[in-house]
Amino acid sequence: MQEDAVLTMRGICKYFPGVRALENVDFTLRKGTIHALMGENGAGKSTLIKVLTGVYPMDKGEIRIDGVEGAISIRSPQEAQNYGISTVYQEITLCPNLTVAENMFIGRSEKRNVDWKAMEKRAGELLDNLGIPARPKQQLGSCSLAVQQMVAIARAVDTDCKVLILDEPTSSLDDKEVEMLFGLMRELKARGVGIIFVTHFLEQVYAVSDQITVLRNGELVGEYAAKDLPQVKLVEKMIGKDLEGLSTIKKQTAPSGGGEIVYEAEELSSSESRPFDFHIAAGEVNGFTGLLGSGRSESVRAIFGADQVTGGKVKVKGKATRITKPLDAMKHGIGYLPEDRKRDGIIADLSVRDNIILALQVINGMNRPFSKAKAEAFADEYIKALQIKTYSSETPIRSLSGGNQQKVILARWLLTHPQYLILDEPTRGIDIGTKLEIQKLVLKLAEEGMSITFISSEIEEMLRTCSRLIVMRDRNIVGELTGEELSQEHVMRTIAGGGE
Amino acid sequence: MTTKTKILNFVQKYTMIIALVLVTAFFTWRTSGKLLLPQNLTNIIAQNAYVFVLATGMLLCILTGGNIDLSVGSVVCFVGTIGAVLMRSDLNMWLAVLIMLVVGLLIGAWQAFWIAYVKVPPFITTLSGMMVFRGLSNVVLQGQTVSVTNEKFVQLFGGGANCYVPDLFHGEGINILCVAVGVIACALYLFFTLRSRSVRKRNDLEVESLGRTVIKAVVIVAVVMFFTLRLAQYKGIPMALLWVVVVVLIYTYITSKTTVGRYLYAIGGNETATKLSGIDTRKIYFFAYTNMGLLAGLAGILTIARMTSAQPTYGQNYEMDAIGSCFIGGASAYGGVGTVPGVIIGALLMGVINIGMSIMGVDANYQKVVKGLVLLAAVIFDVVSKKKNS
Repeated sequence: MQEDAVLTMRGICKYFPGVRALENVDFTLRKGTIHALMGENGAGKSTLIKVLTGVYPMDKGEIRIDGVEGAISIRSPQEAQNYGISTVYQEITLCPNLTVAENMFIGRSEKRNVDWKAMEKRAGELLDNLGIPARPKQQLGSCSLAVQQMVAIARAVDTDCKVLILDEPTSSLDDKEVEMLFGLMRELKARGVGIIFVTHFLEQVYAVSDQITVLRNGELVGEYAAKDLPQVKLVEKMIGKDLEGLSTIKKQTAPSGGGEIVYEAEELSSSESRPFDFHIAAGEVNGFTGLLGSGRSESVRAIFGADQVTGGKVKVKGKATRITKPLDAMKHGIGYLPEDRKRDGIIADLSVRDNIILALQVINGMNRPFSKAKAEAFADEYIKALQIKTYSSETPIRSLSGGNQQKVILARWLLTHPQYLILDEPTRGIDIGTKLEIQKLVLKLAEEGMSITFISSEIEEMLRTCSRLIVMRDRNIVGELTGEELSQEHVMRTIAGGGE
Repeated sequence: MTTKTKILNFVQKYTMIIALVLVTAFFTWRTSGKLLLPQNLTNIIAQNAYVFVLATGMLLCILTGGNIDLSVGSVVCFVGTIGAVLMRSDLNMWLAVLIMLVVGLLIGAWQAFWIAYVKVPPFITTLSGMMVFRGLSNVVLQGQTVSVTNEKFVQLFGGGANCYVPDLFHGEGINILCVAVGVIACALYLFFTLRSRSVRKRNDLEVESLGRTVIKAVVIVAVVMFFTLRLAQYKGIPMALLWVVVVVLIYTYITSKTTVGRYLYAIGGNETATKLSGIDTRKIYFFAYTNMGLLAGLAGILTIARMTSAQPTYGQNYEMDAIGSCFIGGASAYGGVGTVPGVIIGALLMGVINIGMSIMGVDANYQKVVKGLVLLAAVIFDVVSKKKNS
């Protein structure tokens, strides 16, 4: 163990059935440093955190912590805490109905009675000490999110913590609140606490971090000093350039569109996204790109009316209209395949057939159900066309593989014959064969005149399908790339921002 | 703070008290003052003793996340049945009481086990209990009424004509003990409020403004004195009130001052957070529902004493009265919010509406309609004000 290290993890491996979540990952946290843990979706950072906090047992590897002789095994969050490893999660894990003081101390006393006075006194001292603008007696729910987050940190710090894990702590804070949080992080750093900072905001990483560790596909890419790793290099390391196995598909000239403008939005905004402009022509395939959390999914959700639309003008085929809920969008011939298939896509217990006809049935109206024969015909047509591997159309969708589930959702939208189809991460977590099929299908549909917006974490894949890429960073559109600009190098540079 | 937000805050904080005052004033007016006659005030307590007890237990369940217990009515009946049958065979009264409480506790533990450790939804577990214990009561009673003839038992738990705490001072036309108790209660209240205030001040902790403390104290003292004087003009302190006060004091303490009590709130606020804080949430659920059984047992005792019999139909809809009181009294349908005093005010509100309409001669079915609408209004208020805050 290194002299100044407070935590070392060596050769950590974690396997799930069929998935290699972590392979031989090393991680070292030094005293009084802020260490960013970076990686795209599925890179393994949350698995690593969960191993460290005892949520998952690791399959192989060694964890050592300052002050304890030998390797330790962490079997529960409680044990992690006993070793001085505290976590503040993305969603605030406090009780909004209790007071600030109570939140800081609940579950930490063995006594049978609550000593309110002592508790409030101690809480008051701690809050003052850390400069957190909250009163002990205040109800937590009445504090701003940033302050709630800081109360959670104060609670963690007070439990004699050596390692503080901040898992996406800034995702719901505004700029000023983020600054407040950073102030607290620097304060703790000065006191010698080692902080693991997980975030997807690049700028924030550079604002506070000393060290950066990058993971990709469950493997360690490397550990770097923040000052030695320019932003563009970081993005490169996170995304990775090699995409083995996919190079077999020949790069096709993506259809350039140029037809009639099918959909147009001006200053469109929703409860989750900032205002943006956007348009798409008939037969065009374009895409939103950016890192996870850059706002790409939120933007297409605003187009589809999936979040609460808060402003902007929308035109469909040149005619001004309002799309405030998914049904509006569907009636205008827009389809949307959501990012999270399990949560927002499939209806697990319904049959493949019912899942396929769902959207069309909704457009048709509840009072005009399809006959069984008709539904059967619809389902069979698409099961055949998309080569969905299922025992029958009666099979519940949850028993299908991920790729086939995705095809069913795709079929659901194709059945409505949309003019404009939004595909958010249609290929995530599915096998390579199906991936290629979906890419080919996208190009074919576009050739037939459908407009498609395609989102993927894999830039390679987007370059292959899209003729125009809208690049987002930290919830804003920062660039639009077409023609010659569509190269991996260029895209990454735009995502990272600046020329550094 | 502007005057407007001040008023708004005040209204929000004391909604139920304001509602209770308004409703009481309304019925006092409509019944030309009959509502506040000593006998009617006594009746509000005596008739609703079981509601106060059950609602207190129900609050603990609701705090864990809006979970309710549908079985309490049937458990009241079953426990009452057991007690009546035991006393019919001349079992010692104290032993019978003990057995009734233990039976309630065991029934509570039975349901609590499934809810806490097997994760059967409380709604279903207690729906099952509702049927099972109603059925069992019928089986034991064989459809018959069993009367309770033990005079001492009946009197002690608030039944019959003499179920009042005897006046030690033998006052003429006024129960002196009752007045004395009122005075002592007010004195104790003032003493503890002031002491807590000065201790907090000494430790530099936040205290509410002096003006507010004084106003609160004046109102509480006035209400308590009015109430005890009225009771004193009738027959004094009803035994049922004694039991209610004991339950209220114990559970106010549990919910505000003990660790396990605060865990109830924590679970209702954020169950994951509570678990991550190292608290065994299963134990807390187990506690809440076992306790509900125990209090249902006590309510069973109060019920058969008041009715001086046990019948297979006793306790019907008691669960609804208890649940309704909780929500009217400001408990949140999502859990985590609600206090014992609040619930008592909710139960009182229901009681006042009941008795007020009875005096006015309103048909019992309309009474149900009104109570139902009041309940809905209370929950709408909770939901809407939550939405505004978030």
